[in-house]
Amino acid sequence: MPMMLKVNGQKRSLSLDTRTTLLDALREHLHLTGTKKGCDHGQCGACTVLVNGKRINSCLSLAIMHDGDEITTIEGLGTPDKLHPMQAAFVKHDGYQCGYCTPGQICSAVAVLEEIARGVPSHVQDDLTAAPRATNMEMRERMSGNICRCGAYSNIADAMAEVAGGMG
Amino acid sequence: MKAFTYERAKDPVAAARAVAGRPGAKFIAGGTNLLDLMKIEVEVPTHLVDVQDLPFDKIEQTPEGGLRIGALVTNTDLATDERVRRDYAVLSRSIVAGASGQLRNKASTAGNLLQRTRCPYFYDTNMACNKRKPGSGCAAIGGFSRQLGVIGVSKSCIATFPGDMAVALRLLDAVVETIDAKGKTRAIPIAEFHMLWGDHPEREFALAPGELITAVTLPQPLGGKHYYEKVRDRASYAFALVSVAAVIQPDRTGRVAFGGVAPKPWRVEAAEALLPQGAVAVTAKAFAGATPTKDNAFKLPLATRALASVIAQAKA
Repeated sequence: MPMMLKVNGQKRSLSLDTRTTLLDALREHLHLTGTKKGCDHGQCGACTVLVNGKRINSCLSLAIMHDGDEITTIEGLGTPDKLHPMQAAFVKHDGYQCGYCTPGQICSAVAVLEEIARGVPSHVQDDLTAAPRATNMEMRERMSGNICRCGAYSNIADAMAEVAGGMG
Repeated sequence: MKAFTYERAKDPVAAARAVAGRPGAKFIAGGTNLLDLMKIEVEVPTHLVDVQDLPFDKIEQTPEGGLRIGALVTNTDLATDERVRRDYAVLSRSIVAGASGQLRNKASTAGNLLQRTRCPYFYDTNMACNKRKPGSGCAAIGGFSRQLGVIGVSKSCIATFPGDMAVALRLLDAVVETIDAKGKTRAIPIAEFHMLWGDHPEREFALAPGELITAVTLPQPLGGKHYYEKVRDRASYAFALVSVAAVIQPDRTGRVAFGGVAPKPWRVEAAEALLPQGAVAVTAKAFAGATPTKDNAFKLPLATRALASVIAQAKA
């Protein structure tokens, strides 16, 4: 079916089988291989991208359902010459080892800070009516949909804390 | 994934008609559960009717002093709504206790109610499963049943309804609103929405083919202290072994519903009436007639302890 995605600011026209997931459209058809396929079932978070500013698992969404949507992938967040602050913080804090989960971690981390700023509640929040804060416990809870088999979690939380501190 | 055709519905009755008139057709909203199951061919729809453009994305006050939640409101937006956080905190708590941030951004209110069981034998197409393939048997009975149901189950199926949000909705006496292919609307009390399937585990929801959920309404707020205590194998992003949704009033009366234990959110009104007597009295009544397996018998004392924890927090 014919469709259009706005990927990292560019309109991209595609003609895809209805079965094509957003993840496969990005990787196999648009050759944006920064977004990774891990479990392909929404359990690992490696495929996390931003759709109209919200983080989702691109493996559990059909491309055709995103006709006209704005997609931001890791390639759209920053470039090697001009890193996104979250990318720079991951490098500084060694927030990865093999790096396979990293694009999903970074997209998710950027969205987590936006969600906290917007007042989205979390499971570890004591008072639901208060504004959530960017604490270490909050980062850990809110990032639980992103698995890192190398176990870089504590450094990822440190990287997020640095960016959150800079925002405050 | 099996091939399917796709359309994007422009109005609710047309959507209902598109599904009702075509065997093998299904609605899709967030798709987080349906696509997961389509990839392993547990779900094999031949036609998908995408309902994302329908005007069901608002949360509005009702004349009765409650809230009307559009079927397409995402889990994140529902949990974040100021009125929900303030007046229906148990609902907000139940939502953020489930899934991950990414999934909650996509999952819809209606889809969350319609999610399928996570019984591993339902997911494994090499295994017998009466729910997936009626009449094929149940490999879970006598199999690994640690996660599975302890009450309300049958000789045909011991799966559970896996969700958290529905447990809070059951506690709050929510009502599910639907529309069908003829434009006829219906209001289904949440207590009747998820069915005890008996010998027909393929029958899970009180919906006719093509009947489309449009909204979920909440009655007036209950006041009291709100809790959603979820016990699971890891601290986040796991299904409940046992969960307890509760609203406790200052006089120690209240409401209690349990998740992770039965084919539906498990609330026994005669049991919650015993709240002032404590957790043991409530769970003895709520789980009378339970039929746990050797592997999941631990859920019964766990439910008592989880409720005791909630009651202790309410006293503090």
